Amino acid sequence: MIVVEDVHKHFGGFHAVDGASLAIREGTITGLIGPNGAGKTTLFNVIAGVLKPTSGRVTMAGEDITGLPPHTLFHKGLLRTFQIAHEFASMTVRENLMMVPGGQSGERIWNTWLARRRIAEEERVLQDKAEEVLEFLTIDHLADERAGNLSGGQKKLLELGRTMMVDARIVFLDEVGAGVNRTLLNTIGDAIQKLNAERGYTFVVIEHDMDFIGRLCDPVICMAEGKVLAEGSLEEIKANEQVIEAYLGTGLKNREMVGA
Amino acid sequence: MDLLNALVALSNFVLVPAIAYGAQLALGALGVTLIYGILRFSNFAHGDTMAFGTMATILVTWWFQSMGIGFGPLPTALLALPFGILACVLLLIGTDRAVYRFYRAQKAKPVILVIVSIGVMFIMNGLVRFIIGPGDQRFADGERFIVTARDFQAMTGLDEGLALKTTQGITVVTAVIVVAALFWFLNRTRTGKSMRAYSDNEDLALLSGIDPERVVLITWLIVGALATVAGVLYGLDKSFKPFTYFQLLLPVFASAIVGGLGNPLGAIAGGFIIAFSEVTITYAWKKVLGYSLPESLEPSGLVQLLSTDYKFAVSFVILLIVLLFRPTGLFRGKSV
Ligand SMILES: Nc1ncnc2c1ncn2[C@@H]1O[C@H](COP(=O)(O)OP(=O)(O)O)[C@@H](O)[C@H]1O
Ligand SMILES: [Mg+2]
Repeated sequence: MIVVEDVHKHFGGFHAVDGASLAIREGTITGLIGPNGAGKTTLFNVIAGVLKPTSGRVTMAGEDITGLPPHTLFHKGLLRTFQIAHEFASMTVRENLMMVPGGQSGERIWNTWLARRRIAEEERVLQDKAEEVLEFLTIDHLADERAGNLSGGQKKLLELGRTMMVDARIVFLDEVGAGVNRTLLNTIGDAIQKLNAERGYTFVVIEHDMDFIGRLCDPVICMAEGKVLAEGSLEEIKANEQVIEAYLGTGLKNREMVGA
Repeated sequence: MDLLNALVALSNFVLVPAIAYGAQLALGALGVTLIYGILRFSNFAHGDTMAFGTMATILVTWWFQSMGIGFGPLPTALLALPFGILACVLLLIGTDRAVYRFYRAQKAKPVILVIVSIGVMFIMNGLVRFIIGPGDQRFADGERFIVTARDFQAMTGLDEGLALKTTQGITVVTAVIVVAALFWFLNRTRTGKSMRAYSDNEDLALLSGIDPERVVLITWLIVGALATVAGVLYGLDKSFKPFTYFQLLLPVFASAIVGGLGNPLGAIAGGFIIAFSEVTITYAWKKVLGYSLPESLEPSGLVQLLSTDYKFAVSFVILLIVLLFRPTGLFRGKSV
């Protein structure tokens, strides 16, 4: 569904993504792993239109989407969350959810007066949807909390909730599990599986927690130093010589992750 | 000692003028703060934007006056205001299309946009002087006073009078209406919320599918209206002179920064803080003290901390203090 062809992203002389090519199959929950600094987040940013690639091409269902701005990609069904959770800090959790999807008729200033009924109807639909999402993620008690006051893990849930407000086709999750406790992580994992099974979302998940990856993801893609090293099931990846080598060079914490 | 007279003198020379001036500054600062929150730069052209909107309003006012159209006891300028706002908004959107959009597409740094806005400032400044001239223009008509000092004295029998100018009354009433409408808009409408979302977190707003160009357009629209209203109220209350509006930039920015850039509530609080400081520090307190102190302590000098020539120094000092000790402002805006 998404094909990345020989993408490079350079920051000055530094090659954060250095000729990465990969394909994401529709309907999968694909894991993206790799040591810190491998270029995973940068690749996400390139795909999601936050950064323009230095060279290379990204296509979605055959259509060239390289360099399209994020709000255009959003309306094509491509969504992402951030490694460090983002939120509209001055708004409540419910309002945060209800901002998605953007582009409602109420966002045209004249409609504020000219199309009151249509706006009220849209808002009602969004509100129902938001209640549903809050319940699904078991955070309904936080609905009226200001999003800026949430814990890191709760913000991650809110990020996931945002993707549920629309019928996304593919969702990129950047370290959903980072700083999230076990219980919350399981909630997130369940939500991902359910969305994949029931609503046909394709997911690409960056995560360091190998249990989490093992439970959810197939296939798993491993990146290091801006390149794609290997693709396969988690077992195959863990057994891959190149992968072990890439992790070995990067210290104990990373090494433990692949059990090397 | 005569506390009642002291209170009246204080109201007449300090409280009433400072409230009116504070409301004008607050409206100006709201424009600055919205631009900072959403377009993410300090707009140095804001003073001249106010001047342009005011100038357009004055021209329409003169035209109305020549046609014999008036607004009874209220200034004709209030009738002309919508046209002034329209002209100002068109100029701002034109400027955005011609200048700012280019830099936005390049994702230019805020400091570059600030310098660009200084360029825009010079052009707007020239435009205003070219059209209406650099001189002083008075355009207030209608009743001058709601209550004159003499009426007040007659009514109360006090020695001191309390004058309430029509323009001061209009300033406060208009400011309250405009601010209420703005907050309703930002907090209750979908358009307003999309602006707040964009201001809170631009990346996330984009990724949620909010169209940035539309948010920017609406921002200019609101800023044009705020700037024109602020400028016209100030011009009615004092007088209109292009250079004065350029100078207003300092107290307006000081208000926005003191309150916390990007925070609309802060802009309002900041406006009043700056106005009250300026007026109290440059006011000669001799009279008020004369009434309120026992005769033996009555001051012989004027008891004026700073001459009015230095009133801009007040904003500047407050600005420095805030930037040194609380760079995000009193209401925690974005740090500068
Ligand atoms: N905007 C940037 N400017 C310069 N270097 C960057 C920038 N973004 C990321 N990098 C560098 O690119 C490398 C890859 O980063 P990242 O994609 O965040 O890795 P990962 O998400 O795999 O941990 C890192 O070494 C990082 O320091
Ligand atoms: Mg990362």
